[in-house]
Amino acid sequence: MLSVRNLINTSDLTVDDIEQILTHAQTFDEVNSRMLKKLPTLRGRTIVNLFLEPSTRTKSSFELACKRLGADTISMAGSSSSVVKGESLVDTIKTLDAMGVDMYICRARFAGSPEIIERTTSARIVNAGDGKHAHPTQALLDLHTLYKHFGHLDGLNVGILGDCLHSRVTGSLAPALAKMGAHVTLIGPPPFLPPRPDALGASSTSNLDAVLPDLDVLYMLRVQMERIEGALIPSIREYSALFGMDKTRAARMQKHAVFMHPGPVNRGVELTSDIADAPNSLILDQVNAGVSVRMSVIYLLLGGEADDTRA
Amino acid sequence: MQAHVENGAQASHASRDILVEPASIPEEFSPKATVMDAEALSRALTRIAHEILEGNGGADNLAIVGIVTRGQNLAEELAMRIEQIEGKPVLLGTLDISLYRDDFGTRIAPVLHATRLPFALEGKTVVLVDDVLYTGRTIRAALDALMDYGRPDIVRLAVICDRGHRELPIRADYIGKNIPSARNETVHVALKELDGHSAVEIWDSKVWAAAKAARAEVAKQRPVKLTPQGA
Repeated sequence: MLSVRNLINTSDLTVDDIEQILTHAQTFDEVNSRMLKKLPTLRGRTIVNLFLEPSTRTKSSFELACKRLGADTISMAGSSSSVVKGESLVDTIKTLDAMGVDMYICRARFAGSPEIIERTTSARIVNAGDGKHAHPTQALLDLHTLYKHFGHLDGLNVGILGDCLHSRVTGSLAPALAKMGAHVTLIGPPPFLPPRPDALGASSTSNLDAVLPDLDVLYMLRVQMERIEGALIPSIREYSALFGMDKTRAARMQKHAVFMHPGPVNRGVELTSDIADAPNSLILDQVNAGVSVRMSVIYLLLGGEADDTRA
Repeated sequence: MQAHVENGAQASHASRDILVEPASIPEEFSPKATVMDAEALSRALTRIAHEILEGNGGADNLAIVGIVTRGQNLAEELAMRIEQIEGKPVLLGTLDISLYRDDFGTRIAPVLHATRLPFALEGKTVVLVDDVLYTGRTIRAALDALMDYGRPDIVRLAVICDRGHRELPIRADYIGKNIPSARNETVHVALKELDGHSAVEIWDSKVWAAAKAARAEVAKQRPVKLTPQGA
């Protein structure tokens, strides 16, 4: 059982919570490797996938996770719901609540949307990414991927490279890694670094080449053109030359080091194709871990307390 | 996280480390009666091993599958005895039925364990092994779980004790001992690896709940480690 009712960010989780999620994810890995991947566990439960911002991998990963656990799912996109008619988030949730929903999985453009839902409903909530704030299941699946690869998380040197300031992945991944005993360094040009990296449990630097030889893991972030307000960097080409990963830089890393990326990958911007497809790239393992970790989170949250009305 | 990948012989049992099963029940708690001691339990397992072999006509196409957690240890015991009798190893698996239970949401979601069925079920006679047969709901869930993995030819059921009070039309093929019991009693199959001693005991349910809570309290002092499953 987790110590939280809802998954808003990894910073709310205890070490024990994270260990439970990762341990159960291993069981769901086994389920996902079977011929018959459907479980009856959540039969009769209703989960709403409320995606108010475009997403392919997170949305499909959550939907598969719900369906494999046997739950009924409703998928809602911002563009096809009454939100376009001007209905507020609170009213949308109240309307859905009236139909009997057990869990909301919410992707939103604005940070804090999951907390607004939390105040409106008694159903469970999983934050599937809110603005520049948090993306906890991405962080947890990254932890699961790293744990499967290295066998431990404590002591790992992890560099997160790119636009750390505007990245919700960093907002969830850095505190989660720090909590599990890894050393996190945020790397990028100064406008991409948060003023207080210590608040995320990390340190920061703009000197990529200096830290490369020490890293066990290099986690590259997507350059998010849609979230950068105004011109923070002179040009993509300059960024790519100074902070893009290529063969030459990769050669300076330790032999056992691995590459990760939350996707979608901008080939030729934050990394070159040969890095994305290298044998020590865990990018596809991350996608693969997503369904198991999300099943684990949903299972543990919905099974968190006895519900007398269903006995 | 202080956990590291365990290797060698330990690894196959690694997933059990997350179980809160630390040795003994504190001494101030005691059962109403001990109906089988370690020797009686061992003799019952040996007899069941012989009965399984007799029923199946040998160990060919035979698979022993223990239901997590106690059935897993008992299945290992049975497989060891069958191997001694027949002189060749028998297929051994474990089944976690938590995801197939019919009471999700009415109690806290159970901790999940690995299911390991490292063989195809097609054409096999599967003997499901559990400690206590009571309402039959666990076995119902186990049958559903098993069918998700394949289509065995025959499924049989072996239990250490049958305590009655069935709620579903299910019966065991191999039984260690029939133990008439009241609903406010708990029949507990203690196993050396998990409880520090082997025996079949009848407890007052309330005393048992208090004893388990006291044991869990002791367990909290132990660090719970994240360990890889099925390594």
